[in-house]
Amino acid sequence: MSLLLNEIGNGIFLGAFFGLVALGYSMVYGILRLINFAHGDFYMVAAFVSFTILGAVGVGHSHNQWWTVVWVGVVVMVITGGLAMLANQLIYRPMRRAAILSLMIAAIGLSQVLENGVLVTPRWGATYLVFPVTTPPSGFSLGSNHYTWGQLVIVLVSGLLALGVYFLVGRTLLGKAMRAVSEDRIAATLMGINVDLVIAIVFFIGGALAGAAAVMTGVYYGQINYLMGFTVGLEAFTAAVLGGIGNIGGAVLGGLILGIVQSIGTGIFGAEWALVVAFGALVLMLWFRPTGLLGERVARRM
Amino acid sequence: MKALELSGVSVYYGAVRGAEDVTLDVDEGEIVALLGANGAGKSTLLKAISGIIHPRRGSIAFFGDDLGKLSAHRRVSRGLVHVPEGRRIFTTLTIGENLELGAYGTQHSRTERAQRLEEVLGLFPLLKQHFQRLAGTLSGGEQQVLAIGRAMMSNPRVLMIDEPSLGLDPQKVDIVYDMLEEVSALGTTVLLVEQNVSLALEIASRAYVLQQGSVVLSGPSASLVGDPRLADAYLGKAGGAKD
Repeated sequence: MSLLLNEIGNGIFLGAFFGLVALGYSMVYGILRLINFAHGDFYMVAAFVSFTILGAVGVGHSHNQWWTVVWVGVVVMVITGGLAMLANQLIYRPMRRAAILSLMIAAIGLSQVLENGVLVTPRWGATYLVFPVTTPPSGFSLGSNHYTWGQLVIVLVSGLLALGVYFLVGRTLLGKAMRAVSEDRIAATLMGINVDLVIAIVFFIGGALAGAAAVMTGVYYGQINYLMGFTVGLEAFTAAVLGGIGNIGGAVLGGLILGIVQSIGTGIFGAEWALVVAFGALVLMLWFRPTGLLGERVARRM
Repeated sequence: MKALELSGVSVYYGAVRGAEDVTLDVDEGEIVALLGANGAGKSTLLKAISGIIHPRRGSIAFFGDDLGKLSAHRRVSRGLVHVPEGRRIFTTLTIGENLELGAYGTQHSRTERAQRLEEVLGLFPLLKQHFQRLAGTLSGGEQQVLAIGRAMMSNPRVLMIDEPSLGLDPQKVDIVYDMLEEVSALGTTVLLVEQNVSLALEIASRAYVLQQGSVVLSGPSASLVGDPRLADAYLGKAGGAKD
């Protein structure tokens, strides 16, 4: 029993990352019906950008290093949001009248460009890069499991960001405009909503969340690689589908469930089965409930 | 003052003609009807005026200013609002949220918007009653009331409305038309697209009749009632004289 609780604890931690990245997938899907396969690579690029910035400003070992991580995190969120917005502006927006399948293929292309772009960039490249700062092992025990303060902070930060998005989409006028654009772009235009701007903002938010997840990945796991976006992208996509793609709460819920399922699965079968468990869960979900847990029609849609 | 002035407007969907050389005007405070059979180009003209599509030729002026290629959402903030065919309310949003979005295009402050909301709810009490409900749960007539209420949230100078009676039972049609008269009484100029001729001519002071994208007949409502050319336009007979 306590073993199960441990796996659930680990799963929630893992799910926090999935959820953050899944939110970006889900929001973009909600507004454009586009599965943005490049989203995981925004996350990957963000990890490299934060690596470089942290290296440039130097973090040392003082107590101030965590403040450095925080402001670098914010800067990276803005940069990644900007990158996502730029991708939308240069690639997806000119294709707005094209079939959605064309956009998806463009997204796959963009994903390749970003991965190979990082691969050929001097100082980045194909090797694993070691992050200049990692979270210390100190922490607290819960049951028989040890959690670090870093893990707790990561879960809390993810939770706050997700709540922020939930509030933004659910309560603010901008959020209502996002939902309006999601439902009927022409009608939204007729309300005086600048649809292109709203879509750009959605890309920005999705990118920024991926940026936050990337910085936290870097400082927690300590190393990054140019292919890291591919796996996380697929897992986050799975999380978004599990929860009901296009749904804000669903992305977070799907992230947590995927994290827990994967954590329990690897506890039973071993770590090399992580992706098998994740995609197995996806197949089962698509089989029994294709709309996801909070299927698009019933709950709040982005 | 002319609220709307179209001169020589032609609209094409690719190679397909939607409207050809249409010239018409709407005076401030007037209710003007655009009549014609299905596919005559009525909705096309409204879309061109609201900026969803851009005409290939001709110009559209709003209170004397040429709208040119001004984007659709900017036209709303100028006070030109279009209630599209089929109402197109946001079904997954609440009534209240739909209304709030109606004021999105205005530069109004939060308090101004709240005040406007009270005014609109005062005008259309039905909306107040269902404020928290999802708009998709409303009946067709209620949805039309919401669509008009939503449009009125921006306090428009010109309200264009496309087929407000479509799919409604006669009782609901009366309610909607009463609303339009109220809107007009508030000083809002109305451009009405309607297939139901007698209904439209009842509240409009003037009307234009479209056939195959062109104006074939126009004049004061009273003179059009009973004009045989009007029936011809609907029955698709060619040769309705251009006046």
